[in-house]
Amino acid sequence: MGLEVDEGRGIVIVMTRQQVLDLYFLDARHKLIEIAAFLDRVERANGPGGSPGHDDDFRLKAFRAAIGELAPEKKEKAKNVLLVFSDKSTEPIEKAPGKGAVGAWLVDG
Amino acid sequence: MVSRVTDDYERMALAGCQAVCEPAFWAGFDRSAAAGFSDYFSQLTEHEPRRAAKFGLKHFCWLCINSKEAEDVKLAEEVIALIPPLLDRPNVLGIGEIGLNKNSRNEMRVLEMQVELAARHEQLILVHTPHLEDKLKGTKLILSVLKNDRRIKPERVIIDHVEEHTVELVLDTGMWAGMTLYPETKCTPARAIDILERYGSERLWLNSACDWGASDPLAVPKTALEMKRRGHLAGAIEKVVFENPKRFLSQSGHFQLGESW
Repeated sequence: MGLEVDEGRGIVIVMTRQQVLDLYFLDARHKLIEIAAFLDRVERANGPGGSPGHDDDFRLKAFRAAIGELAPEKKEKAKNVLLVFSDKSTEPIEKAPGKGAVGAWLVDG
Repeated sequence: MVSRVTDDYERMALAGCQAVCEPAFWAGFDRSAAAGFSDYFSQLTEHEPRRAAKFGLKHFCWLCINSKEAEDVKLAEEVIALIPPLLDRPNVLGIGEIGLNKNSRNEMRVLEMQVELAARHEQLILVHTPHLEDKLKGTKLILSVLKNDRRIKPERVIIDHVEEHTVELVLDTGMWAGMTLYPETKCTPARAIDILERYGSERLWLNSACDWGASDPLAVPKTALEMKRRGHLAGAIEKVVFENPKRFLSQSGHFQLGESW
């Protein structure tokens, strides 16, 4: 393993890129295919929100925006995907509409 | 653990766990009266420690009304009034898990009431941050409440369920950050270790979600194994899964571990 120690921030272990790929590639490949299959499934289904350009369900709209954060030149992909799905308003709401969360917030535009 | 079977205590003991720290949380349904919470607090402070002790596990708990039942402010006031006489019970660590769920005004009011309770009784604080799309906003609102109360010492607060988009906000305040390991939401072991590698382990620790939904009481031991697979040294793993929680929790005079076996 490529071990680096940063005393100021605690111990930081950095695997080589080869080691990361050896350990996590198959799992990531599996998850990517699951996402592709999910999009195929959504687009096959009838009703609104079923094809690119007609994403009138806010969750699907946010999902496609989040995929845009995975482009090679983008940094901090996990953080920025989470930010895409987040409510960016700052004031408390008047009353809780229920207890659950749905995983996405309305994306402008 | 009120939502888990006894076998889970045994599995945790077999995996090398030494203690369970159980926050007061939602029952999966809204309780109809404060009396329901009175029974629940007895369960957390009397019954569960006995159940855990059968497997050599120490059981500690936190007391509060959780944010999912905080929309009813009158009920919250009644529940909060039950708590002070219970704070001397030997397994009570502090006030938690308080926080927000949908980021409403009433939830904020109840959060402030419970921060006041913790400050008045000099208790540690465990904070639940909201789920999914509500987490970012909720974390910011919670931090503003805590930072605005000068009696609250950051090193005596842990903000739980942080993810990549909230961890830095929390660590910048001087508070502790907890990463809750969950199969579907919150953090996976791999992501939690990514965060540790990125932000260091000075004020970060891990916890296994053990609630009514799909969750895994062995998530922390499994994350320790994942750290080992990546090449983390034994001392670094020990710090994250054992020494860090011990360091934070030992600020409560009630937190004492027995002899390990």
